[in-house]
Amino acid sequence: MSHFLRRQGWVTGLFALLIILFIVTKVIQPGYGSGDFGSLARAVLPYAFAVAAQTVVVIAGGIDLSVAAMMALTSVTAASMMAGASEEYALFVVPFVLAMGFVLGALNGVLIVVTRVPDIVVTLAMLFVLQGAALLVLGAPGGAAAEWLKAMISGTVPIPGLPDSVDAWVPKALLVLVVCLCVVWIPLRRSRLGLSIYAIGSSELAAFRSGVPVARTRIIAYALSGLFAAMGGLALTMSTGIGAPIPGPYLLASVAAVVLGGVALGGGKGGLLGPIVAVFVLRLVRTDLTLLAIDPNVTAIIEGLIMVAVVMFGAFITMRGRQ
Amino acid sequence: MSSTAITPAPVPLGRRIKRFMADRPLIPLIILLVILVVILQLLRPGIVNERWIANTIKFAIPLAILAGCQTMTMLTGGIDLSVGTVATMSAFIMATQVVNQDPAVAFLLAMMPAVLIGLVNGIGVGVFRVHPLIMTLGTSLIGTGCLQVYQRTVIASGAKIPDFLAWLGTGVTWGFPNALLLYVPLAGLIVFTLARTGFGRLLYAVGDNERATRLSGVRYWQVITALYITSSVLAGITGLLYIGLIKAPSLSLAEPLVLPSVAAAVIGGTSIFGGRGGYTGTIVGALILTVLTTLLTILQMPEGARRILFGLIVLFVTAAYLRIVEDK
Repeated sequence: MSHFLRRQGWVTGLFALLIILFIVTKVIQPGYGSGDFGSLARAVLPYAFAVAAQTVVVIAGGIDLSVAAMMALTSVTAASMMAGASEEYALFVVPFVLAMGFVLGALNGVLIVVTRVPDIVVTLAMLFVLQGAALLVLGAPGGAAAEWLKAMISGTVPIPGLPDSVDAWVPKALLVLVVCLCVVWIPLRRSRLGLSIYAIGSSELAAFRSGVPVARTRIIAYALSGLFAAMGGLALTMSTGIGAPIPGPYLLASVAAVVLGGVALGGGKGGLLGPIVAVFVLRLVRTDLTLLAIDPNVTAIIEGLIMVAVVMFGAFITMRGRQ
Repeated sequence: MSSTAITPAPVPLGRRIKRFMADRPLIPLIILLVILVVILQLLRPGIVNERWIANTIKFAIPLAILAGCQTMTMLTGGIDLSVGTVATMSAFIMATQVVNQDPAVAFLLAMMPAVLIGLVNGIGVGVFRVHPLIMTLGTSLIGTGCLQVYQRTVIASGAKIPDFLAWLGTGVTWGFPNALLLYVPLAGLIVFTLARTGFGRLLYAVGDNERATRLSGVRYWQVITALYITSSVLAGITGLLYIGLIKAPSLSLAEPLVLPSVAAAVIGGTSIFGGRGGYTGTIVGALILTVLTTLLTILQMPEGARRILFGLIVLFVTAAYLRIVEDK
């Protein structure tokens, strides 16, 4: 147990922080109930996918600045394809958009490997390209989403054998998030490929000398990032019912949550659980500040302060640990 | 023993050109700049005249200064993404404070957040060892928030652009933009600092091998703090210049310059991992990006296609440049 705690210390701390925040929320707003939790889960959904996308790449020792633009592109593609189309057509749209994200992500990886240009620059250039493509697909916010897709993240999951009061705390959006992430992450984490991703993040040279196909692994890591970003784009379309070509604040948020979630920038450390919990923490802080009727602009300041303070604290702890 | 003269095998011309360019990385960049200008002239004959050149330089200068911030921070292996926010803050504060205050007081007030953000960045990166990307993103988030709160307090008093800044930003004397009066000494100072002073050499040293530098007695945190404060102050000055050029204070004034400033430094040959590069390349990089923007505007493409082309060209130029410089 103590071994587990030490290894997962950061994540455990985050969980504790999340619980404290829930208690604080309940104190501020005694009426905070399952409905509010459901809307929190829905608000978290696109952020969580953005963070997952960033996490995979950061673990592999890179960074992806094109996450938000990729979400915008996939979101407008999905929304414009579904506009005026039948409900069944969306069954085709979803896999198509996911595949698109995967391929565009792989393109990121291929460009990094082939051109040998630093990842920051490649994904920065791709940010412009994807943004432009999103504007070409849809010049202004518009499009539509299939009803069943929208229904997929609203409401709660009826679990047979449980009283309604418990059911109410399991929003569909949370289930969608958990299922989507687990389907990709758990097999990955247990596979050789997952190990390779961690390996190239820890030390590219050591990984190469132990026979890890570095280039291929890097491309796959970026492709997975694209896949998660496409899920995020779909989540955006699902929750708003439209697609917007201008990317939201997801890039900054994804980097912040990755760092807060205990994934070292530089690679090779951390998991997916920490960043996802971190997203919940960050969103809940925002909810609390809104409930306290604090000016939304001050909220931005506080969020920034939290981010900087947490990162400084984390860096300080690692420094102490090293000495 | 027949004396076989050991004459060196003639080097093929292509190889020689390549080697020549690799030794002088500025030359391929200038060639690219000239090519872009020629394309522009071919597409719209007569556009390249004195006025156009002055205009291009005017718009390239703010980008070039911000790219200078990126160059210096990138030399140490960092990056400063808070420059956009800092420039916007100083511009906005200047424009709103000058209504009621003496210009000198307004200037001091405008530079205050720049120094402060630079100090926080420097302490975060230098003392606490936070990744510069995260640190500067965080401070820019805080800065934007503060600016929005500040905006509420001055919404009644309005804003005006001081005449001096408008003169500096947009004025042209004998065909030369007045902004050059500020920029030429500034650029000279940056080049001189990087190439000839101890501080400049420390930046290269820290970026090249931080551990070795620290073990040889350099106080890492002092170098980094001084660096980020310098970068922020430069960004603040850029903001003042830019508000004179754009003449419309807004809360996202200089934000669109941030990513191009990184691109300009990278195109100019500064390594994002530190230790390699210089400011002269960055200046040409900023000019290339400005001409490129004009070119894409003239082609009258939809906004989307323009952004795609911009991204692709930045990527292509960087990749080609790396090929030339590294294939020795």
